[in-house]
Amino acid sequence: MQIYRAHVLVCGGTGCVSSSSEKIMSEFETHLNNNNLTNEVKVVKTGCFGLCARGPIVVVYPEGCMYTMVKVEDVKEIVEEHLLKGRIVRRLLENKHDDEGVETSIEGVEFFKKQLRIALRNCGVINPELIEEYIAFDGYKALAKVLTEMTPEEVIDTIKRSGLRGRGGGGFPTGLKWEFTAKSQDDQKFVCCNADEGDPGAFMDRSVLEGDPHSVIEAMAIAGYAVGANQGYIYIRAEYPIAVKRLNIAIEQAKEYGLLGKNIFGTDFNFDLEIRLGAGAFVCGEETALMTSIEGKRGEPRPRPPFPAVKGLWNKPTLLNNVETYANIPPIINKGAEWFASIGTEKSKGTKVFAVGGNINNTGLVEVPMGTTLREVVYDIGGGIPNGKKFKAAQTGGPSGGCIPASHLDAPIDYDSLIQLGSMMGSGGLIVMDEDTCMVDIAKFFLEFTVDESCGKCPPCRIGTKRMLEILDRITEGKGEIEDITKLEVLAKNIKASALCGLGQTAPNPILSTLRYFKDEYMAHVTDKKCTAGVCKSMMQYVINADMCKSCGICAKVCPVKCISGEKKVPYVIDSSKCVKCGACMEKCPFKAIFKNV
Amino acid sequence: METVNITIDSRKIQVPKNYTVLEAARFANIEIPTLCFLKDINEIGACRMCLVEIQGARSLQAACVYPVSEGLVINTQTPAVREARKVTLELILSNHDKKCLTCVRSNNCELQKLAQDLNIRDIRFEGESAKMPLDEISPSIVRDPNKCVLCRRCVSMCKNVQSVAVIDTTERGFKTLVTPAFNKSLNEVPCTMCGQCINVCPVGALREKDDTDKVWEALANKDLHVVVQTAPAVRVAIGEEFGMPIGSRATSNMVAALRRLGFSKVFDTDTAADLTIMEEGTELINRIKNGGKLPLITSCSPGWIKFCEHNFPEFIDNLSSCKSPHEMFGAVLKSYYAEKMGIDPSKIFVVSIMPCTAKKFEAQRPEMSSTGYPDVDVVLTTRELARMIREAAIDFNDLPERQFDDPMGEASGAGVIFGATGGVMEAALRTVTEILNGKPSDNIEYNAVRGIDGVKEAVVEAGGMKIKAAVAHGLGNARKLLEKVKNGEEYHFIEIMACPGGCVNGGGQPIQPSSVRSWVDLRAERAKAIYEEDKEMPIRKSHENPRVKMLYDEFFKEPGSHKAHELLHTHYTKRENYPEE
Repeated sequence: MQIYRAHVLVCGGTGCVSSSSEKIMSEFETHLNNNNLTNEVKVVKTGCFGLCARGPIVVVYPEGCMYTMVKVEDVKEIVEEHLLKGRIVRRLLENKHDDEGVETSIEGVEFFKKQLRIALRNCGVINPELIEEYIAFDGYKALAKVLTEMTPEEVIDTIKRSGLRGRGGGGFPTGLKWEFTAKSQDDQKFVCCNADEGDPGAFMDRSVLEGDPHSVIEAMAIAGYAVGANQGYIYIRAEYPIAVKRLNIAIEQAKEYGLLGKNIFGTDFNFDLEIRLGAGAFVCGEETALMTSIEGKRGEPRPRPPFPAVKGLWNKPTLLNNVETYANIPPIINKGAEWFASIGTEKSKGTKVFAVGGNINNTGLVEVPMGTTLREVVYDIGGGIPNGKKFKAAQTGGPSGGCIPASHLDAPIDYDSLIQLGSMMGSGGLIVMDEDTCMVDIAKFFLEFTVDESCGKCPPCRIGTKRMLEILDRITEGKGEIEDITKLEVLAKNIKASALCGLGQTAPNPILSTLRYFKDEYMAHVTDKKCTAGVCKSMMQYVINADMCKSCGICAKVCPVKCISGEKKVPYVIDSSKCVKCGACMEKCPFKAIFKNV
Repeated sequence: METVNITIDSRKIQVPKNYTVLEAARFANIEIPTLCFLKDINEIGACRMCLVEIQGARSLQAACVYPVSEGLVINTQTPAVREARKVTLELILSNHDKKCLTCVRSNNCELQKLAQDLNIRDIRFEGESAKMPLDEISPSIVRDPNKCVLCRRCVSMCKNVQSVAVIDTTERGFKTLVTPAFNKSLNEVPCTMCGQCINVCPVGALREKDDTDKVWEALANKDLHVVVQTAPAVRVAIGEEFGMPIGSRATSNMVAALRRLGFSKVFDTDTAADLTIMEEGTELINRIKNGGKLPLITSCSPGWIKFCEHNFPEFIDNLSSCKSPHEMFGAVLKSYYAEKMGIDPSKIFVVSIMPCTAKKFEAQRPEMSSTGYPDVDVVLTTRELARMIREAAIDFNDLPERQFDDPMGEASGAGVIFGATGGVMEAALRTVTEILNGKPSDNIEYNAVRGIDGVKEAVVEAGGMKIKAAVAHGLGNARKLLEKVKNGEEYHFIEIMACPGGCVNGGGQPIQPSSVRSWVDLRAERAKAIYEEDKEMPIRKSHENPRVKMLYDEFFKEPGSHKAHELLHTHYTKRENYPEE
């Protein structure tokens, strides 16, 4: 085996790939070749590091220097300075606290300090397209262990004792789910993986599959052994081409190595895995809809019971877990249930990956122990709110979740506390909103999503969400009436109680939680026709401050509807009746003389 | 039977273990409103009208699909349940074309009844409502998406029962629509026009193409000799339209009402059914004796014929060349009858009252005009006739005793049983066995081909040979039977009816709501009346019908004659399913 003196890890996650990380990689190959370093330095394409806002990311070992926002043009310098001469390229370092040359490595980066990576353990560490690298990091050791040393009951018992709960949204105890499926008697059972990540902004499942596909394959084989299934399906959205490609490579490699197929590890356990592509319907993340879709039918949920553990795919007992849940399985088997249970809170064990986005500096993927506070995630890891703005709320759980206001910043994040706050863990989307956010508008944003994604099977979701959206439209257009709030409340309550599946039952959550914490904003929209955040255009006007206006005329030039008039030495004026509120004038005014009048 | 103990509305009861909450409630005489539910056909828990509180469940549950289990505690009438049902119903109503006053289903609409039952007095959540064009190109079925409540009963009927699958849900969310593929018309897809979708529609979103105006117009035209014929299944169902119990025989009332409507003659299609048996029986015997194509498959059901032309063109040569009875009758009326009565056939206007929507399509087939005029001018369904009777203010339940008109008013019991599944087969066997044996049979009731089993088989000995027969009703069962034949199973004679239960449950018959249909077998109840009618007939075999004998003596000479072929037989053509444009 070739030994290299240095490794260059380049992020090959979707985020970095879309900002040219593949070009960066080939540029490295070129310059290493030019400098005769190809035998000394190895370039490795890895999965996601999590700090997506700062991508493309390059990490150079043995120093562990994390270079961020690397451009193709920077590669030559990294090769010639760092790799050839041993001089770290300081201007590209993420860790800026290294004036004395003390801290240069990735461990010192604030973003990682409070994180604990279990599900993401191999992301940004190994090349996901090489099974050998996965194996080198204890890969398939857990499968070997369960097949050769443990009974299915012992496996289930371990998962139960670990306290692992479903990471896909519901938070159902994983071990219990495995036990139910194991107890169902049938000649055929199935194990499924839900990789139909649909929450807007959430991408942890994609990152796991892109960065560490074998961990899911291994876990599914373990699950198959535990519940008595020999066939698995991974349902993944077609919009994740890189993840699909790497999964396919991983499945092929696992088959070659005899880690999938017949008589795995010389036992009589057989397990095969197939990929099924989803067509992008959000509802197909709901378990019964997912299975209906795998069966080749229109992806729609069906009522439960019967639960999938009894009647799932093709009416056979089926175990369905989400990607992140599976990614936790091998470490639990390897390190033990007690280790896992020692992390987190009383009822929420282990870690949770969050896709942090919105008005936050470090947009990206974060894995923290359960019980970490929202404040730690937003300020310590997320780097706070850009432009010195104030934190207003965090939205968790995507379109099924709710908003948590600043007063609860110190709440520990786990399944139960989020529910108590009127939100939910969901798949782990976490959108941070600053003071310029209108909460009615936010509720409308999420509702637009559910209205679009409703499958149309049951009236509460099909028509009810549409009616709620129509009401929110009225309110944000300044046409709302006080009864609209009551109607919203009645609809929200009843849709929650009546809808057929989780999508519909949780669709009112964004409204319920904003009504709970920000009812005054709704009232201001309805009674005073005011949007204090200045977001709802119908209730806002752009005005020019006459004292500050220098009559330069730039605003009039950029105005697309020519509604600004004035002349030299006379302050310019906006004709509100014609203004389309595009904001171009405010953006372009060199003297910051244009304001939103709310 | 294994049972479980449950508590429903504080009452402790014991119910079979395989019951749903809805069945358990019914067992306890507790009414739960439903809309999408149709027993055995559509149990999908979609409409959320049957929501109940299940102790321990996070949200309200659909009673129609929730299985009972030991110790289950159910509340069907709590404030939360009532409110949820009301809100859901108001939402459905907010996106429904509420033109109840002019809707064909007014007073027989499950949605209208729900709105009354749930005391809806205001729709709080009005908003955008669908405005879509009507699909009315089909000669048989009109589809009005603006009235559709997306319960999907029609989808399930078309797909799961009939295996035709020409309608399904498309789009999603608020835009969801039940429609043929590519939003085509029902007329442009392999729809068999069986009309079963109409019978299960809770509202007026699916209905027959109403042709009553054409009949009123003809009746008012002094130059026309307007005659009417009625299929056997009509008489055992039309009473339901006027409050009679399911399975009532209303032959006399029907004939009397038709007279009052002003038809010159009221004929019985059963006579032509006897004629069909003579022709088809002869065809069967010829095929068996001369090594013709077997099995011979019946051709009375135009929905089945269209299904075959679309889906099983390889069986077209197996189809009997006989026209369906009412078409035969039409051809006879415009030839023999015209001659005999001295009426110009162009002045004869034939109206068929059928339990069937596909017959509207059939009557338009170019093959069905062997006299140079359409054999049948207008086909009305049982429902349309009821509408005419109401429009004419005829008190259906108070009419004098009346009988069908001669010269073709007399029919045999064999002709009557055409209305139930297995009836054509039984009628044929009554005649064919006697012809082959050369002597009358003792037993003429063939119980093996009666009843509602999807596929029935019988082996009958006659003339020293064993005739192997099979009967399928409902196109899903027809498909199963044909697949069996394709896989090598050999039969001599097969009867296929497009509608489950045969014509008694045809797509043009009175519509019973799910609350009735789910628990009463319309097929069996109406068939019972058919067999009673048969039993009371003085003549029960087609070949013994003196009117049929007269027809052959005076006109056709013998079954299968040249003239018979000209007027009573037809041919079929393969049809494209989704032709490329």
